[in-house]
Amino acid sequence: MEHFETKLTVIGTGMTGMAATLFAANRGIDTVLVGSTSEIMFASGFIDLLGVHPIHERKSWKNPWQGIAEVRRDIPNHPYARMDETDIRTAFDQALSFLKDAGLPYLRRNEQNCRAVTSLGTLKSTYCIPHTMWAGVEALEEKSPCLLVDFRGLKGFSARQIAAVLQHEWPNLRTVRISFPEMEHMEEVYTEALARNLSMEHNRVKLAEVIRPHVKGSVYVGLPAILGISSSYEVACDISDKIGAKVFEIPTMPPSVPGLRLKEAFEEQFPLRGVRPFFQKQVLNVHNGPGGEFKLDIGGDTTEFGVKTDGIIMASGRFLGGGLRADRHQIRETIFGLPVTQPSDRRLWHRRSFLDSRGHPVNRCGLEIDDEFRPLDKSGHPAYPNLFAAGSVLAHQDWMRMKCGSGLAIATAYKAVKAYSQMNERPVGP
Amino acid sequence: MCLETQVLIIGGGVTGTGLARDLALRGVQSILVEKKDLNAGASGANHGLLHSGGRYVASDPETAAECRKEGDILKQVAAGCIEDTGGLFVAVEGDDEKYIADFPHLCSRSGIPVRALDPSEAREFEPALNSKIIAVYEVEDASIDPFKLNLENMDHAQALGSRLLRHTEVMAFDRNRKRIQRVRLRNTKTGEDILVEPEQVVNAAGAWARKVAAFAGAPIDMIYSKGSLLITDTRLTTRVVNRLRPASDGDILVPGGTVSLLGTTSIRINSPDDIRPTVEEINAITDYGSAMVPALQKTRFIRAYSGVRPLIGTQSGQGDRSVRRSFALFDHIQDGLENFVTITGGKLTTYRYMAEKTADLVCSRLGVSAPCVTRTEPLPSSETSQWTEPGRAPREWIKNKNPEDIILCECEMVPRSVIDSIITSLRDKDDSVDLRAIGLRSRIGKGLCQGAFCGIRITAYMFDEGELNADEGLINLREFLNGRWKGIRPVLWGASLIQEELQEAIHCGLFGLEL
Repeated sequence: MEHFETKLTVIGTGMTGMAATLFAANRGIDTVLVGSTSEIMFASGFIDLLGVHPIHERKSWKNPWQGIAEVRRDIPNHPYARMDETDIRTAFDQALSFLKDAGLPYLRRNEQNCRAVTSLGTLKSTYCIPHTMWAGVEALEEKSPCLLVDFRGLKGFSARQIAAVLQHEWPNLRTVRISFPEMEHMEEVYTEALARNLSMEHNRVKLAEVIRPHVKGSVYVGLPAILGISSSYEVACDISDKIGAKVFEIPTMPPSVPGLRLKEAFEEQFPLRGVRPFFQKQVLNVHNGPGGEFKLDIGGDTTEFGVKTDGIIMASGRFLGGGLRADRHQIRETIFGLPVTQPSDRRLWHRRSFLDSRGHPVNRCGLEIDDEFRPLDKSGHPAYPNLFAAGSVLAHQDWMRMKCGSGLAIATAYKAVKAYSQMNERPVGP
Repeated sequence: MCLETQVLIIGGGVTGTGLARDLALRGVQSILVEKKDLNAGASGANHGLLHSGGRYVASDPETAAECRKEGDILKQVAAGCIEDTGGLFVAVEGDDEKYIADFPHLCSRSGIPVRALDPSEAREFEPALNSKIIAVYEVEDASIDPFKLNLENMDHAQALGSRLLRHTEVMAFDRNRKRIQRVRLRNTKTGEDILVEPEQVVNAAGAWARKVAAFAGAPIDMIYSKGSLLITDTRLTTRVVNRLRPASDGDILVPGGTVSLLGTTSIRINSPDDIRPTVEEINAITDYGSAMVPALQKTRFIRAYSGVRPLIGTQSGQGDRSVRRSFALFDHIQDGLENFVTITGGKLTTYRYMAEKTADLVCSRLGVSAPCVTRTEPLPSSETSQWTEPGRAPREWIKNKNPEDIILCECEMVPRSVIDSIITSLRDKDDSVDLRAIGLRSRIGKGLCQGAFCGIRITAYMFDEGELNADEGLINLREFLNGRWKGIRPVLWGASLIQEELQEAIHCGLFGLEL
């Protein structure tokens, strides 16, 4: 078994864990990252900040910062209420600048949410949009003539559906179904394969040739999110030039190519920035060292590495991420056995209707924290001076309904890293 | 629209469709109206158990004997809907020893074959049984697919000239002295009013029979007993396993294809509408059931569902389990009606016999002398009824090796061709097509994702095919998801909760379907 020492260990490789690791690396903190990286594959590509509050009123915010101010007032335990706007803005600046350097440029209107079309035909209000999807935002605002393209054999993406659902909102939509060049013989095609195919210039030439005759008067052309993986921005620009219309991507049902792009960007960049990642591994055991440090057993099924770490940021997520686990009677935190704020009884976890606008109480359960983002023990005190928690594992938020998933991930990760480094300026230990 | 018919049947449960077929085979033409879709009530929310009769030997020997007789008939004439699994009655430590000792005699009294087994022998061929079982008897239980059974009955009746009107509700009966002259119906989807002038009317509305009879001015006494059941993600036993004790909660485990069904509860309710399984029921069933099969404590449940037993009788001091399970056929003569009949109560196992008795009465009133032939006439398999069977669609898909036929529901491996065939058959019968109707006739939405992924894929496919338009598609999807939710909600812990979180992240987080 190999042994390592590090200053900080981030547990979890969803958006929160990735962001925390990035912020720690930006501060020059020696960091280990542990997690299975599969969860970030479920990211849609959009980066929400705050979309809806209060959820039972379905109140949608054009200006997310105003929405956050309202959340702070209405839900004093919401993680956003424990940070100031400057920190959230800095966190977003750093995250977007990283993504840009990693070849994944995002666009936003600083004080406003934008609306984008989903593969279902619904309109999603979000804060930051991959550059490859941006033209769709403008096209929708202008209600410009637009051609939606889908592909024979690509399941769950129907241009005709999008146009039908949006017919009142955006009457200028036309659709066409084509066979993906040189995949005409395949009965089923997959977004990842199409995206890898389009990384090659000669394939883009062929696709543009097939699409071009259908463009006619359309100013914009919408496609499922398949425009390359590591160089999506260049691929999108190139295809736009070749087709002679502004091309944009529409996010598909996760796990999707935009999630894959994020995963690959983080995985490639972290080793270059001095991070030691343990991908596809997990924390199997935590021991407390004599000087207040933690010792972690890390591995797949059995321990492969021992890591001695001064501090930990838990970005372990909820049920899907594995940070929380529910049995028939209660919900537990899986790594430290920390107390989880939750409804008193399973009968109260979910409401009678799936789409109940009030959301399900189970989605607000999670860890209690102090203002330094340290999870609390049963007595209401920080469980450890050097243990921090961020992201969806925190209580008092419903990111799926408030449309604040990535924002919460990025902002709380920033705050947890900041709290960790401030702690480090003080002496550690008894 | 005004239609004429010899018989109007109200209710698309298996009694109603069985009756439509029985009548059609005697040359009597009928219209069957159903306010929702086929099997929407107890016919679609039961164990799928073809009772040997063993369950009722102590409490209701007459029903026990009926089950035995009908079970034998159905194994002959509806073999395609039945898996002849065999069944066990098992007792665990602490169960009533007198009941255990009496059981074989009680079975013999009702003519039910039974064989005592050594518990260790039983555990050899059913290793999931509790090691603490103290007595085991083997009986001739089997599992039956109630959806396939119902669809085949209806398809056969339609092939012989009967009509089916789905999503059609009875609004009023126009009485002319002792006869119902006209029945006013309304299509619940389109709002269209339909008039029917029938010679005879049969109320086969199951748990809603009291309501329908009251419309006609013919009061009947009924009590409603809700029962809830659970579906496991794998098949736990090869045979039906019953607890050897007086009927109680969580004491029958029935294998059905690739899964097992555990139930039930018995809860008195005031109305048969809007019922759903509760967390308390699920906890109770799981705890009781695991006395027979301990793996039920750890197994993953895909979903739960509830049905209402329509029981005939007035409120008694005793529990609903002790109310007789035989059926009731009312001729309503004492209510001053000459062409109105109610058939309700009974069991899935005895549906054919109920249909026969009802058809006998209706035919005598119509002056038709043709005898019942459903006892010997095999139930024909139909194109559309075959896709409810777990494992059937993937088997056919592999056999056909048609590369163009892509899989739209990945959990249950339902290919495009199956969806096409269901859509075509609904369209041929001039029926509306939606996700729920396809779900009833296939396995979509019934696997681990519970519609989260296949719901979206099939919606997209239906848009492509022009089967859905504009906002209709998303309303359809929301209804489908909320419908599945009823059954998912009480089993959301462990892996099912993880699946639900992913579903909500996609459907609400990304698509904003709740907004």
